[in-house]
Parts: sequence; C-alpha cells; structure tokens
Amino acid sequence: MSAAFNIMTIIAVSAGAFFFFAGTIGLLRFPDTLTRLHALTKADNLGLGFVVLGLLLQAPSIRDGLKLVAVWLLVLLAGATVSQLIARIARQDGASG
Amino acid sequence: MTIASTYEVALAMIVLGLAAWIITAQKSFAAAGGFVAYGLLLPLVWVRLGGIDVALAEAAIGGGLSGVLLLGAAARLGTTETAVVAERPGVLVRLLASVLSAFIALSLAAVVLLLPDPGPTLAPAAVENSAATGLGNPVTNVLMAFRAMDTLLEKVVLLLALIGIWSLVPDRFWGGRPGMRHEADPRGVLAFLARLLPPLGIVIGLYVLWVGADHPGGAFQGGTILAAMWLLVMMAGLMDAPPISRRWLRLTLIAGPGIFLVVGLGGLWLGNAFLAYPSAYAKPLIVAIELAMTLTVAATLGLLMAGVPERRA
Repeated sequence: MSAAFNIMTIIAVSAGAFFFFAGTIGLLRFPDTLTRLHALTKADNLGLGFVVLGLLLQAPSIRDGLKLVAVWLLVLLAGATVSQLIARIARQDGASG
Repeated sequence: MTIASTYEVALAMIVLGLAAWIITAQKSFAAAGGFVAYGLLLPLVWVRLGGIDVALAEAAIGGGLSGVLLLGAAARLGTTETAVVAERPGVLVRLLASVLSAFIALSLAAVVLLLPDPGPTLAPAAVENSAATGLGNPVTNVLMAFRAMDTLLEKVVLLLALIGIWSLVPDRFWGGRPGMRHEADPRGVLAFLARLLPPLGIVIGLYVLWVGADHPGGAFQGGTILAAMWLLVMMAGLMDAPPISRRWLRLTLIAGPGIFLVVGLGGLWLGNAFLAYPSAYAKPLIVAIELAMTLTVAATLGLLMAGVPERRA
C-alpha cells in the first residue's frame, strides 16, 4: 500500500515539477505580458496542484492534509488576483513588453 | 551525492546566483523584485538547516515586508534614477569599494570556517531548561525567557525605526494620515481579495502566534501576517490609514514593549532579577507579552509600510 502511495507521489510531484518547468519556459520565452501570465498560471494551478496532490498521499494526518490543500487554495487566490491586476495594468499601458 | 545534498548544492547556487544578479541589476526596481525572490529562497535554506522559526521570520520580514519597502523606495527613485546611474564614481573609488567588499566577504567566510567543529552552542542548555517556562518551543523560550532582554530591545528598535520615519513629516502634516489615500475599484478584484482574505489571515496570524509556544511561530511572524492583512485592506481603499496622532494607535505601538517592561520590572520585585518571571506564572505572562507584542508588531510594521504622513488628519 505504501509503495503504491510512494509511486503515485513520485508521479504527481514529477508532473507538478513538469508544469513548473513549462511555466518557467513560457515566462522566459513568450512574447508579451498576457501570454507570460498565462504560462505562470499553469505553474500555480497545475504545478502546485500536482505537488500538493502528491504530498497529500504522504500527509501524516487529515489535519496536515487540510493544511496542504489550504496552502494550494491560498496560492490560487493570490495568483489569480495578482494576474488580474498585472493584466489590467498591461492592458492600460498597451505595453507589449 | 544523495538527492538531499544535490538539492542543497543547487539551492545554494541559486541563492548565490540570484544575489549576484541583484547586485549587478541595472534598474533598482528589478533589483528590488529580485530581492523579494531572494527573501523567499533564503527560507528554504533555513528549513534545510532546521531553523523553521528563522525561515518563517525571513519569509515574512525579508521576502514580504522588506521587499515591499524596497519596491516602494525603487518606485520613488524611478524618476531620478537615470541621472544618478549616469554619474559613475571614479576608478579609484570603485576599486577601493570592491577591495573593501571583498575583504569583508573573505573575513566573514574566514570567521565562519574557523569556528570550532562542533561550534560552541548553548542549545543543549536551552532545551534542558525548557521546563522552567512551560513552553515547548526552545526558540520561543530563548526569545521570551532566556534572552528576553534582546527581544525587548529589538522591539524598541522597531519603534525607533518608526519614529525615524515620522521625524521626516513636514510640520503641517504632523499627526496626519500616512501616505496617499489608495483608490481602487470597489467592485474590482483587489477589493474582492481585501474582503475575502483578512478573515482567514487574521485567524492564521493568531494561530501562528499561538502555536509559537510549542512549535515554530510566534509574535513576530504572527504580527507580520496581521500587518499584511491591514496593508491589504488599506491598499484596496476599503479603509484609510489612521492619523498618527490617534491615542489608540500610540497605545498599540507601545503596548508590546510596555507590558514587557512592566513584567520585567515586576520580575525585579517578585522574582530575583529584571525580566525574571515568577515560575508559577511564566507561561501566562509570556503569552500576555506575546499577545501585546503581536499587536504592536502588526501596527508598527503596517505604519512603517504606510510611510510618512502626507495629508492632514
């Protein structure tokens, strides 16, 4: 049972790391602010989501698991808000860089 | 090389690389942004070293609040920056500066490397005597009991920093409200966050304070979270910064060090030394001081961020 959990953890955390990696490449390579934000949200939502999912299987208690989920939700909230604010300023400026 | 040590080496390289990037960054705004990232990477180092309390403080103070202060300063400097960057100091000055910096870096490295191994430590003594206060977190024990004097002075320094900022107030605005009034769309996303997050943030801040007795956390970390919530509400324009002449504000600012001092002086009378807690009441007294301290830290940090009063009350 714990071996299966460990394998699932490794798969999920690796998937999370992949999305962080892809998000970072997008942040560096995409041409303008809005597409870069789009790349970043992948790292926040899916990357951290998969990492949390993987770690949930290793959480020693339900309480710790809930804390992990709360961390993910708070990061989602902060990430979504900041993306909106940056996107709004980028649109107002009409800046492409 | 194990996975853990690979991770540690990679982390150290990233931290050093980012530090070098911050120093060489052309724009001060970019450097300040880099400093925020640096302040979030450094806690990972502290976690690897087992210093969870330090990691929390570093993330909150180094990454969060110092970062915001630096970003604010960089934004203010923006208009004059190109002129300042254009005037490069002479070769001799730059050479002397780099020699001096290298000398300090090498001296620090030498001091760290020359420490006896294992280093001199009072940690076993701190853990051994932890029963004296009834607190389970040795760091809180050191901060609030064994080295309480340092913590008291640290809080006074924080207050002095605020007085330093307030001493820049022009006479006509003395007692007025700090900073500009923030305007934001009351139906916008920032106002939404500022309504949604503070209830959670206040609970988390108090939780961090409360678990500080037995686990990593404490007054400073909790107070910083509360300050962040206050700033969020002010930045979203939902609440204006209070005029600095308000009596309740002044009382909050001195509550922490004040109660600390009163308890300390009481120790002189009831216990056997300044800042000695009567052992039966050690934990309640420490919790009372920490509670007051949390409010003081939150108010002080919030006002440090809010800046110099620029408006009438």
